[in-house]
Amino acid sequence: MMRSILPILTVVAAIFAFWYLGAIWLNSDWAYDKAGRLDKELSFTEMVADTWSQDKPKLPAPHQVATELWDTTIDKRITSKRSLVYHSWITLSSTLLGFVLGTGLGIALAVGIVYNRTMDMSVMPWVIASQTIPILALAPMIIVVLNAIGISGLLPKAIISMYLSFFPVVVGMVKGLRSPDQMQLDQMRTWNASPRQTFWRLRLPSSMPYLFTSLKVGMAASLVGAIVGELPTGAVAGLGARLLAGSYYGQTIQIWSALIMAAVLAALLVATIGMVQRATLKRMGLS
Amino acid sequence: MGWIVFGFVAWFVGWQINVQLARRPKTRVTRLAVPVIFGITLVLIWESLVQGFDISPVLLPPPSLIAERFAASTGVLWTDFVQTVVKGALSGYAIGCGAAVVIAVAIDRFPFLQRGLLPVGNFVAALPIIGMAPIMVMWFGFDWQSKAAVVVVMVFFPMLVNTVQGLQSTGAMQRDLMRTYAAGYWQTLFKLRLPAAMPFMFNGLKIASTLALIGAIVAEFFGSPVKGMGFRISTSVGQLALDLVWAEIVVAAIAGSAFYGGVALLEKAVTFWHPSQRG
Repeated sequence: MMRSILPILTVVAAIFAFWYLGAIWLNSDWAYDKAGRLDKELSFTEMVADTWSQDKPKLPAPHQVATELWDTTIDKRITSKRSLVYHSWITLSSTLLGFVLGTGLGIALAVGIVYNRTMDMSVMPWVIASQTIPILALAPMIIVVLNAIGISGLLPKAIISMYLSFFPVVVGMVKGLRSPDQMQLDQMRTWNASPRQTFWRLRLPSSMPYLFTSLKVGMAASLVGAIVGELPTGAVAGLGARLLAGSYYGQTIQIWSALIMAAVLAALLVATIGMVQRATLKRMGLS
Repeated sequence: MGWIVFGFVAWFVGWQINVQLARRPKTRVTRLAVPVIFGITLVLIWESLVQGFDISPVLLPPPSLIAERFAASTGVLWTDFVQTVVKGALSGYAIGCGAAVVIAVAIDRFPFLQRGLLPVGNFVAALPIIGMAPIMVMWFGFDWQSKAAVVVVMVFFPMLVNTVQGLQSTGAMQRDLMRTYAAGYWQTLFKLRLPAAMPFMFNGLKIASTLALIGAIVAEFFGSPVKGMGFRISTSVGQLALDLVWAEIVVAAIAGSAFYGGVALLEKAVTFWHPSQRG
């Protein structure tokens, strides 16, 4: 682990360097344009300074995004509509609700698929096919239809998150529940274990490593679902709404700060699952 | 009332047939027939529930209405398909995956870069990259170029991570054998390491194929010319023309499945030697 820190830092530093260079490259047109209209000759350093401090740059420099993030998270009150923490909370709540629903549905389907041959043969191909359908295309319709029958707010977004996150859980759990080999199953049989006991004491525990891996994928997918689910609601609240509002008004700094916030949120959520995973597997003696 | 009874009968009959079929030994026919019967049953139940409970087509149109709409507006659907899938998704998919493979080969030569880029790439692959869509629309304009750019960014990292992993999958014994043949770097790359990386690369290509369609469609929500599947879906929802939305979704589903299926077929042809393909 320690060995990789230097390379990772180098790569991250390179990304920032490219980012600053890209900001100069993309924003210089506007800087020259502005100076040209004022009949001013721009020296190279002035031009660079300008590209890194424009109001609506094509690509905001990292420090501008950082300042915006600081302003909207630390300086604003959390309850304020302009606070990014408030918007993150909206997105986070529907992400988590969708994640819980999706995980529940995924585990239920997986148990059905493992224990019922008919379900295995008829449902499994459709579960796989369901993911080749670009489900996010359905997002606007789900929101509008659920709104029409009086369900609004958290649940419609959570349903989109659920749809995206149940698939990795089904696939991982089916694999996990089938991971005990014949010898272990035979052992349960010699102990005269009922199917229920076999499930709780053998199949479920041995599926845990698979479950956690899928939970990480599902959580990331769930966040994407929540963000996209906020787009068609007309940009009211949430990180997706910040993205949409930013793109309407050309507020690039706002778009980028929402994007970075979403990235931080995704990293935190996945890291949390990783911690639970380590603790659980350690207690079970699996890692 | 009759429709609801019909729905229950359809469900019961379909399930019974499947139970019978599932009891038989697995053959190619049963493996295909069972999911198809399940799908038909679902469509029948959908139709009968919508008809039986008299659900307004503004909420949930019955399959028959969707099929009718599909047949009536093939022209519109085709232009949307070309705009979104062929121009946006496919071109972005080709550019993104191609760039990822080239860069993966380059990274592979430098262990330092590998150790640095892989964790970063894994991290980026888990991020909600779809959020880049408004930025890309701002940079590349409303037409398909911006959609292709979103797709490039979305497919790049999963493909990169998978290819780098695949290039590392050759054993020391195999590489030593190439050495004893006095094979150079490029010969080893093309004759041993790239073929050995194929199963990993196809894994990446499959993941990328579903991401590509999602990226192209969602990017259209942020602005597009007056054609394209994402544009049609978001405007038709506004007009409550849900039958057209569903027709678009049918197109998206067919395109997505065909795309994925095509990659899977290609995988079968290229990696016929791999244990997972022989069973």
